[in-house]
Amino acid sequence: MTTHIPNPEKQEYNITVYTENQIGLLTRIAIIFSRRKINIESLNTSPSEIDSIHRFNIVITESENVVSKVCRQIEKQVEVLKVYYNTNEDVIWQEMALYKVPTDEIAEKAIVERLLRENGARAVVIRHDYTVFETTGHREETDALIHKLQPYGLIEFVRSARVMIIKDSEGFNRKLREFESQEPGHEVVENEYLNSADKVFTM
Amino acid sequence: MDTAQQELTAAEQKTGIELSGSQAVLEALIAEGTDVIFGYPGGAIMPIYDALYDYNDKLNHILVRHEQGGIHAGQGYARASGKVGVVFATSGPGATNLVTGLADAQIDSTPLVCITGQVFAHLLGTDAFQETDVINITTPVTKWNYQVTDATEIPEVLAKAFYIAKSGRPGPVLIDITKNAQFQKFEYKGYTPCKHIRSYRPKPIVRREYVEEAARLINSAKKPFILWGQGVLLGSAEQEFKTFVEKSGIPAAWTILGAGAIPTTHPLNVGMLGMHGNYGPNVLTNECDVLIAIGMRFDDRVTGRLDKYAKQAKVIHFDIDPAEIDKNVQTTVQVWGDCKETLPILTELIEQKQHTEWLAKFNEFTRQEVEAVIKDELFPSSEELTMGEVIQQVNELTNGEAIIVTDVGQHQMVACRYAKFNNTRSNITSGGLGTMGFSLPAAIGAKFGAPDKEVIAVIGDGGVQMTIQELGTIMQFNVGVKILILNNQFLGMVRQWQELFNDRRYSFVNITSPNFVKVAEGYNIPGQSVNDRESLKSALKTMIEHDGSYLLEVMVTKENNVFPMVPQGCSVSEIRLS
Ligand SMILES: Cc1ncc(C[n+]2csc(CCOP(=O)(O)OP(=O)(O)O)c2C)c(N)n1
Repeated sequence: MTTHIPNPEKQEYNITVYTENQIGLLTRIAIIFSRRKINIESLNTSPSEIDSIHRFNIVITESENVVSKVCRQIEKQVEVLKVYYNTNEDVIWQEMALYKVPTDEIAEKAIVERLLRENGARAVVIRHDYTVFETTGHREETDALIHKLQPYGLIEFVRSARVMIIKDSEGFNRKLREFESQEPGHEVVENEYLNSADKVFTM
Repeated sequence: MDTAQQELTAAEQKTGIELSGSQAVLEALIAEGTDVIFGYPGGAIMPIYDALYDYNDKLNHILVRHEQGGIHAGQGYARASGKVGVVFATSGPGATNLVTGLADAQIDSTPLVCITGQVFAHLLGTDAFQETDVINITTPVTKWNYQVTDATEIPEVLAKAFYIAKSGRPGPVLIDITKNAQFQKFEYKGYTPCKHIRSYRPKPIVRREYVEEAARLINSAKKPFILWGQGVLLGSAEQEFKTFVEKSGIPAAWTILGAGAIPTTHPLNVGMLGMHGNYGPNVLTNECDVLIAIGMRFDDRVTGRLDKYAKQAKVIHFDIDPAEIDKNVQTTVQVWGDCKETLPILTELIEQKQHTEWLAKFNEFTRQEVEAVIKDELFPSSEELTMGEVIQQVNELTNGEAIIVTDVGQHQMVACRYAKFNNTRSNITSGGLGTMGFSLPAAIGAKFGAPDKEVIAVIGDGGVQMTIQELGTIMQFNVGVKILILNNQFLGMVRQWQELFNDRRYSFVNITSPNFVKVAEGYNIPGQSVNDRESLKSALKTMIEHDGSYLLEVMVTKENNVFPMVPQGCSVSEIRLS
């Protein structure tokens, strides 16, 4: 039997990590969470405004005590430049969602039109057989539209990870650019041989 | 130093000379001053071994008997010498055999560069023969790792590997090199050691105001207490530390990895911390008013129950790794940085003092511990031998000058408690991971790291059977280590717990051993076994005076317990003397 210890200090934290673009670094960061059996609720990683520097956005629900320790462990990794953590109040965040619905269903019902407008959705693709809508917002907003589109034959749904901007992030862009200009990053070396297997003689 | 870089003319450095990836690996090792490699060959690392054939005069390779032995030897070498240990292994099983040693080196901050062969790059992910995903297997147990698929990367990657392994808080690095990259010829333009990586801060910048705050607290303290760990050794700050301790007049106690930074007999050295540490340091942790932790990480074996640990004290923590500060114990003042830099600033700022009454308290606890525990352990009245008296005799014969390499268990705790350490880097043990089987191979490495020292491996009858195959390495390379087996015919430490906490339900702790003397003889290593007090001293003397390796088995009392003991889940002040 497990005893559940409720932790009133737990809340959502948004972790921002600037890193080198390095194969394997995602694992190195991910295992810092999995080792402690912390669930990653959302993970976004993509190049920052500087190509060689990547930015991770990671969302977990934990106490500040745990979050701050985890962040120090992340920052300790050789290829990590900087780590920040923020509560939801400290950031502006968005998730993007795509919804695919049968075109005939929605075309028939004018009500859908209004419903989408109310939810700030826009059509990305309209074909005779299906239409893809897109909306951006908080989890509750993208969730709400799922429920609303369900009766109209929702075919497929996908939601992106959370991306967020820190409210108090004066000078981030300037610092990154300065950092890169002082010492430019390296390109990733990928495996160039995977597609040439039959040309290589081995033993 | 004979390096390819120096051999290259200016013109060659521009256009490069043609080398294979394998040769570039060996050139890097030479440039880094590697004097010994511990390794084991196999298919995926054959090109490197083939190149090694021509580098035999420049690089000393020791063929171990198992890759785990190889990496522990690398650790022993690094711990004894302060240099980076270098290990070679092949792909697949060779690489996976390194994992225990990597975990050990990671948790004990030991600088290593391990080079593993890997299948051809085009075969990655195909379940090729002896392919394992060694990068992902070793990610949690390395400070850094990297897979090379192209030879042109080798000089720079190895330079980074050495720099990362030894700088800041040291640790193990693994470089996995696919076979094609080992064969690949490329234009080698010399080797440039790495001194900087843009994303990596090996040492935090020292902020003087925090040292000043620490000094203020120390100056106003009535009952200050210093805890030191391996950070003092890793930072080569023994002298700076001693100066600080002596000026402050503050009693100081050590974690097992910190042993020897100041001599055992130093008047301010009040002993060992932790589960089987000394009585005074444990009890008085909960009585001091300012706790000054230097280069240690408040491991749970040191702190016992955290919510009852030094709650009355203000805690000052000096560490090079910011992630260690506030990890387990909440600090009042945190001093980030290399203690080689922070300690002199601190010493400058503190008042010269003597804490006579406070120190007397430690001495009073020592007196009680001697009465209740130590006297019987070192000078037993029983007929049977104790582990403690063996260590005591070793002390008398070596006068605290030997390097003691212990395994894990009761003998480890006894050796750490009672061995006399005059010098730094003379207690080599698997602290954080508690890896049985560590001692024998680590002692081999230590002997290479400190060839002029007497190296004594102190091992239990259980642990020695985990890596006993390394007797073969000792035989082949004439490694002059002394092997002291303390045989209690039990997995003693586990038996102790079963006796104390499981109502003596001895579940699989009864272990039989081969005739160790005969086993050693099979490896051309002389030895003997003793079980009585009369023969003990002369047997130890024979062992120590023997020129070359020697195995001595001492039959000790079967069911002795190591005390004092802080039972798991108890506070340090609840330490038991019996
Ligand atoms: C690889 C490994 N397996 C298991 C253990 C658990 N363990 C800790 S101490 C110990 C007993 C060691 O027995 P022995 O080597 O005879 O030394 P003694 O305690 O008797 O001195 C065991 C099994 C360990 N530390 N390491």
